Amino acid sequence: MVATACRYSPLLLLALMWEAAVRTGLISDLVLPPFSAAVEGWWDLAVTGDLFPQAFASLRRAALGLGLAIALGTTAGILMAWNAKIRVFINPLIQMFYPLPKSALIPVTILWFGLGDMSKIVLIFIGCLLPIVVSSFNGARGVEDVLVWSARSLGASRRQVLWQIVVPAAMPEILTGIRTALAISFVLLVSSEFIIARDGIGFMIAGFGEEGVYDRMFACIMTVVAMGFFADRLFQLFMRRVLIWRE
Amino acid sequence: MATGAAIAVENVSHHYRPPKKRPVHALDQVSLEVGDREFVALLGPSGCGKSTLLYLIGGFMPIESGSIRVNGNLVTGPGPDRGVVFQHFALFPWKTVLGNVLYGLENIGVPREEARERAQKYIDMVHLTGFEDAYPNQLSGGMKQRAAIARTLAIDPDILLMDEPFGALDAQTRGLMQEELLSIWQRTRKTVLFVTHDVREAVYLAERVVMMTARPGRIMESVDTRFDEAGPGVMDRPEFVEKASYIWNRIKGEAIATVAARAS
Ligand SMILES: Nc1ncnc2c1ncn2[C@@H]1O[C@H](COP(=O)(O)OP(=O)(O)OP(=O)(O)O)[C@@H](O)[C@H]1O
Ligand SMILES: [Mg+2]
Repeated sequence: MVATACRYSPLLLLALMWEAAVRTGLISDLVLPPFSAAVEGWWDLAVTGDLFPQAFASLRRAALGLGLAIALGTTAGILMAWNAKIRVFINPLIQMFYPLPKSALIPVTILWFGLGDMSKIVLIFIGCLLPIVVSSFNGARGVEDVLVWSARSLGASRRQVLWQIVVPAAMPEILTGIRTALAISFVLLVSSEFIIARDGIGFMIAGFGEEGVYDRMFACIMTVVAMGFFADRLFQLFMRRVLIWRE
Repeated sequence: MATGAAIAVENVSHHYRPPKKRPVHALDQVSLEVGDREFVALLGPSGCGKSTLLYLIGGFMPIESGSIRVNGNLVTGPGPDRGVVFQHFALFPWKTVLGNVLYGLENIGVPREEARERAQKYIDMVHLTGFEDAYPNQLSGGMKQRAAIARTLAIDPDILLMDEPFGALDAQTRGLMQEELLSIWQRTRKTVLFVTHDVREAVYLAERVVMMTARPGRIMESVDTRFDEAGPGVMDRPEFVEKASYIWNRIKGEAIATVAARAS
């Protein structure tokens, strides 16, 4: 508990410096509301009941997009490692789409899927897909031959080997890929809601920014930061549970 | 073709073809027969293709020329009739010791209760009692090796292909495991092909020692190593010492050839 408090003490320091910088007039409160005002704004938003439903709407989009990407991405990556024909087919697609900044697709997804949930989910799905495919492929590719061989000589069929050996052996890399995708999902979520949307936390940030209600804008930004932080921490805990055998 | 051979290797050659590198000629025209219930030790300098030969008999790699038969049937793939103890253990790191040993038993359809019992029996046998729930990462090299031995013995294969199975063990444990292996072999009359670098171990355990040349591996000579006396005491007998030193000298010549080839 104390150790945790110590570890995050720089954050507290940052908050204090923020507060001090604005109070002393070092930074004008026209461009940066004091930390306390942002906290107050957060409290107002939370109590009036607007913040949580909006944050939830955003989280839902991220979860659906990421979930789809995990389901399809791990399957595709592992099958690519398993079968040369599939690999030959998918590889060029990956090479073409990998360097593309996925935010460039925001206008396209909006054009095709409208202003609502669907365009965001599709965008997040596309953005998360590639890192997951690539890491699953690398993980499955890197499985040592002798592990497969020993499973086969212990009575496993080729198909059983896929589930019982390749998937768990590739799990560290798959999970690392998903963690990267998780971070990407937040970037794409906020930027797509930011550009055009009817609700969601990114939409709120953009809205308050335009109206000049900066304490609330910062309150929303802090909320996104917290959401991203806790999602990542939670995922790390999950990873450690699943990969307990590596300790 | 001689019948009654559990393993019949005929004129098998093997090349490794690493991508963008020169192919490695690992085995050259190897022919070897291991009789039903025979215990054969395979000796040869490092890199001569012993593991390769075991992998081919195991059915893990395609056979490029020649043929391998196991109990009369051409080898086309792996199977639980040939239990393999790998040189580097090949334990599943995400499974506990118990999980590793249970894996094969579950695959071959042993009922749950019986599988648990059998797994425990072999874990006890290799002196890993108390480490059932440990992951391979938490074990020493010797303990991993013993877990791998337990995993293979548990499914009770007719043929045992063992690649330096005691290589990571200390002298004491090694002695114990040798006696266990001999007693299993005597009780269940398995066919054993046993790779080792330890000449005394080979002469002591095996009925026959087969020596291989330096790479590309060929069969150099086969020596009968049965003695009238049983038990570790035989290792002090003159005929044992004589056989061992004869084999040792033959192998030494090949080992020097290997080192010379490396240096050139
Ligand atoms: N996957 C591989 N790719 C390329 N060359 C290989 C591969 N595996 C083995 N070799 C080469 O084939 C030869 C035979 O290897 P093998 O592992 O069968 O030797 P070994 O007799 O078991 O040696 P050791 O006693 O050191 O275990 C070696 O020279 C090795 O360098
Ligand atoms: Mg070897």
